[in-house]
Amino acid sequence: MDVIELTWWQLALAALMVVALAGCTAAMRLGMSRSLLIAAARTVIQLALIGLVLEALFAAERLLWVALMAFTMLLIAGREVMARQKRRLIGGWAFGIGTVAMFVSSFTVTVLTLTVIIGSEPWYRPQYAIPLLGMMLGNTMTGVALALDRLTDTAWRQRAVIENRLMLGQRWQEAIGDIRREAMRSGLMPMINAMAAAGVVSLPGMMTGQILAGSPPALAVKYQILVMFTITLGTGFGTLAAVAAGSRRLFDGRQRLRLDRLSTPRS
Amino acid sequence: MPTTDALRLERLAIGELAEVSLIVAPGEVHCLSGPSGSGKSRLLRAVADLEPHDGEAWLGDVAQASLPAHEWRARVMLVPAESHWWADHVGEHLPQADPADLEVLGFTPEVLNWQVARLSSGEKQRLALLRAISREPSALLLDEPTANLDEATTRRVEAWLNERIRERGWPTLWVAHDAAQIARVANHHWHIDGAELSQVPTWT
Repeated sequence: MDVIELTWWQLALAALMVVALAGCTAAMRLGMSRSLLIAAARTVIQLALIGLVLEALFAAERLLWVALMAFTMLLIAGREVMARQKRRLIGGWAFGIGTVAMFVSSFTVTVLTLTVIIGSEPWYRPQYAIPLLGMMLGNTMTGVALALDRLTDTAWRQRAVIENRLMLGQRWQEAIGDIRREAMRSGLMPMINAMAAAGVVSLPGMMTGQILAGSPPALAVKYQILVMFTITLGTGFGTLAAVAAGSRRLFDGRQRLRLDRLSTPRS
Repeated sequence: MPTTDALRLERLAIGELAEVSLIVAPGEVHCLSGPSGSGKSRLLRAVADLEPHDGEAWLGDVAQASLPAHEWRARVMLVPAESHWWADHVGEHLPQADPADLEVLGFTPEVLNWQVARLSSGEKQRLALLRAISREPSALLLDEPTANLDEATTRRVEAWLNERIRERGWPTLWVAHDAAQIARVANHHWHIDGAELSQVPTWT
């Protein structure tokens, strides 16, 4: 079975409805219409561009181009992680910790999945590598951003508690232990929820896409399970690394809480 | 066993305060007073190594910088003016509380099962002192330890602290406002004037 062709004017119908929604929120003065329209426009432009890039990438099938694409995605994700934090570590640490954490976890798990589990030929075959990495990075980014934001914000609000624990002779790991656990929890919760709800509450996007494209549901399910697991691995290890490095950076060599290493939020 | 180590500050400088040098002998109480914002609390924080500072602090012949920070703080214990609690119940913070101490401070052992949220500020302050002391430090840094207490309780806590300090030989830096309290507990009294620490005569 082939996919039913979708033309631009059919998309325009859907776009018209988004504009109608923006019109309604503007009429009710809910103040969301502007950001809604900008986000919608970004979707169109970004996806159209990536469509062109992927067409070229798939045609070339060269490791260099795939790697270049992967690193571009990584840097954009790193920037996004930084932008989503209210109080971020200054001096490039927010970007650095987020990016390195995502690189270590997402890239390792993606390469392992491609070579050991899927075994595509060649292993960097862009039809497999790029979508897989994209899903990994997207979710790892969310996890890392949520965890780092929770970590720095809670440390800021509970500075007195952390310092009081230090005064009683606790090590920094113990003094910030509860906050680290909370940060880890908020990083992993979206993925745990997604796994728990998969198929019952929501049909995962990739599986839906595969079924629409004509795959037998049984195969689509297998791929979806694989992707869910790899995403969980990527998010988990990424969050773990980010929380470990981020909390370490909140203390100096004399185990003093150094909140002067955090930026103040622009209100 | 009583401590025989003195607490010595050697050209310790933090914020506005320039190069504080003093020696607190074992079992002695040195009171610090001065207008608010003069840096009394920050000086104590520097002695506990909670803030970057210049100079060095010594406990006997052990330098602050020679110990891992958490070990130094376990020996030179700072009790802040306002205490903070992380677990839900009092008992989780006081694993080795002595019932006799609880009684002197006006509590029954029941208090260990209380929720921290229901403690008044005065109760918190007394329990925070016990929390610090039950960890068996070697020196004490007290930041207005009786600020939230009424007169009668202040006297009782003061007497208890004084007895413990003499008995264990803890060198103690004690930030206080009340002249009468300083007269009761201090062996030496230092007043902060701008960047300097000047000694006020005492009659003990």
